[in-house]
Amino acid sequence: MLNTFVVYVENKPGVLTRVASLFRRRAFNIDSLTVGRTEKPEVSRMTIVVDADRDQAMRVEANLYKLVNVLFVENITGKAAISRDLAMIKVAATHDARSHVLELANVFRARVVDLAPESLTIEITGGEDKIDGLLEVLRPYGVLEMVRTGIVAMRRGGKSEAAIASVPAGSGAEPATPDDNVSYSV
Amino acid sequence: MIKTGSQILWECLEQQGVTTVFGYPGGAILPAYDALKYSNIHHVLVRHEQGATHMADGYARASGRVGVAIATSGPGATNMVTGIATAMLDSSPIVCITGQVGSKLIGSDAFQETDITGVTLPITKHNYLVTHADQVARTISEAFYVASSGRPGPVLVDITKDAQQSTCEFDGKPVTPQLPGYRPDLSPTPDEYKQALDLIHSAKRPVILAGHGIILSGAMQEVRTFAERNNIPVGLTLLGLGGFPASHPLSLGMMGMHGEAWLNTTIQEADLLIALGMRFDDRVTGNLKTYAPNAKKIHIEIDRAEINKNVKVDVALVGDLRAVLRELLPKVKSQDRHEWLAYIDRMKGDVAVRDIQNLPDNGHLYAAHVINDIWRETLGSDTIIATDVGQHQMWEAQYFKHEEPRTLITSGGLGTMGFALPAAIGVKAARPEAEVWAIVGDGGFQMTMAELATMVQEKLKVNIAIINNGYLGMVRQWQEFFYDRNYEATPLLSPNFVKQADAYGIRSVAVTQRSEVVPTVQATRKHSGPVLIDFQVEQEDSVYPMVAAGASLHEMIRRPNPLEETAADA
Repeated sequence: MLNTFVVYVENKPGVLTRVASLFRRRAFNIDSLTVGRTEKPEVSRMTIVVDADRDQAMRVEANLYKLVNVLFVENITGKAAISRDLAMIKVAATHDARSHVLELANVFRARVVDLAPESLTIEITGGEDKIDGLLEVLRPYGVLEMVRTGIVAMRRGGKSEAAIASVPAGSGAEPATPDDNVSYSV
Repeated sequence: MIKTGSQILWECLEQQGVTTVFGYPGGAILPAYDALKYSNIHHVLVRHEQGATHMADGYARASGRVGVAIATSGPGATNMVTGIATAMLDSSPIVCITGQVGSKLIGSDAFQETDITGVTLPITKHNYLVTHADQVARTISEAFYVASSGRPGPVLVDITKDAQQSTCEFDGKPVTPQLPGYRPDLSPTPDEYKQALDLIHSAKRPVILAGHGIILSGAMQEVRTFAERNNIPVGLTLLGLGGFPASHPLSLGMMGMHGEAWLNTTIQEADLLIALGMRFDDRVTGNLKTYAPNAKKIHIEIDRAEINKNVKVDVALVGDLRAVLRELLPKVKSQDRHEWLAYIDRMKGDVAVRDIQNLPDNGHLYAAHVINDIWRETLGSDTIIATDVGQHQMWEAQYFKHEEPRTLITSGGLGTMGFALPAAIGVKAARPEAEVWAIVGDGGFQMTMAELATMVQEKLKVNIAIINNGYLGMVRQWQEFFYDRNYEATPLLSPNFVKQADAYGIRSVAVTQRSEVVPTVQATRKHSGPVLIDFQVEQEDSVYPMVAAGASLHEMIRRPNPLEETAADA
């Protein structure tokens, strides 16, 4: 099954290589990996989706912690979380088809970000299912090009793990999960 | 005070307590070597950088301190790779320092440029690229801390030539490591302790399986107290040997592929395995599907990533073995396990019949005799054995009875041939007062015998026992058992080792008769300098018992019973 990990790492050269190398070395199967800045300049955040059973997922987490530059790991699979993928899809859309494609984009709350005589480019964010859905209905018109960012994910609720991410070395204990925080999909 | 990166490097090494480093100079590390004149650290010039890493490794394993190896960029650094991987697999704390081309040249394929941090990424615990003098102090402090804490391992520090030459302010004060993500000190929860205690107290047929972790965490006394109080027999992994005294009534010797038959059977029949600082390597478990089928399993281990990796366990206590046992011990009840222990003792009797030690003397010289005689002669003295890899290594594990920790230095996880001689040199450098023997095969010895010159140049007395059977013996044994005796590429021509030793000014002698072994060992011990003994042993002897790769632990190939064999011959 797919497991989604949120991983805080030190923002230092080579850290992405260390993480990627670990997955290759231990033959863990990465579905997607994204990395970007956080609210702290010295910390980067990764969202890693891995195909793993329960035991493997535990070992992914333990092995990530063995990397000296990894600050915090949370497996958010099955926990209340928001996960988003962004795609840009270039669709062949000549005069006749254009209005149909625009209509479909509207249904999916996607945006047109580029228009050319023979094509238009649609930007969509959402869960993977939603993007897969849009792709499916656009396919008959001719998908010329497509790019996806891979999933970024965040736990729902008020507390941010970013604060926990800078825990000093040696504290060891697992941070408590913020179960008391309630939030709603909007 | 303004200092160069090179000066800071040596000062920081001194702060870490380093007195000896093993290395080989070259272009990109020359500024560091030039600054050695300001330091009291002794530099041992090796003959190959692989030797430097094994020496640092032997030094670390014999002393418990961090070993240091140093080399130049490019080929100097890549020659270290085997030694680094050896230290990684055996959790040995070493710090490898390599020169790197100037930071402006990185990525340009400059002369002797290799991306050594990239190359060693999967075989180091951590590594660093240092590009300015002001990073040296912090990096060295972190490197030593990472190498020696938690589950130890090798750390590589790659320092560009300009970082060695450039200057910065250095006040000489120790720098605290800043490693916010590094957590070497986990500890179990009270509930996990309770679960472990319940399993221990309800077990009828428990066995302790202890590994390198006993020695690394210094838990010898705690393991002994635990075993004695609850009357649990103790089996050891290869790297655990010496962690529990071989002469102790509860000691069952070594487990696994060439482990004692009674211990492998004990494991298969046990109802509880208590794994202490070991990682269920495939050489220890045999076929995982049939491994200890009736046993609950407790795993006390410092590395969380080892839990449920090979063997799924019922209770895992993640933490330093000594600390965990200290927490556990006051709650361990005294239990009598008379029946279980008597049952195991009966198995030992059956095994003794097949032991080569008990066979009638047929005039042949067997490796087991040689090793057993070295053990007998050195018994009670402060003796450390470094072995190479192969048959002699297994015979050493079986016939040299280690009573003390850090007295067997061997490459277990990686199985690195060529390890013994350089490791023994490192051992002797760390423990000059100890008697040090390198027990090597004729194959492995030829991989790193260039280090004989290092040994002589350093005036170190290491006794070298070559178990010379004219074959790559362990491979030949596999060919005998599993490849229809097709001895492809295993018959091995060797130089005249006695003449070779003579060329280095090392006293040497060849031994072909069993009666010569003891007098030769005695003379070797008395001689003030190093001695090389070429023991020309039975060529086609095999190590028994043997669990074939992938077979179940109780399915052992046994040495033919001599009585049955004699009957058949007649």
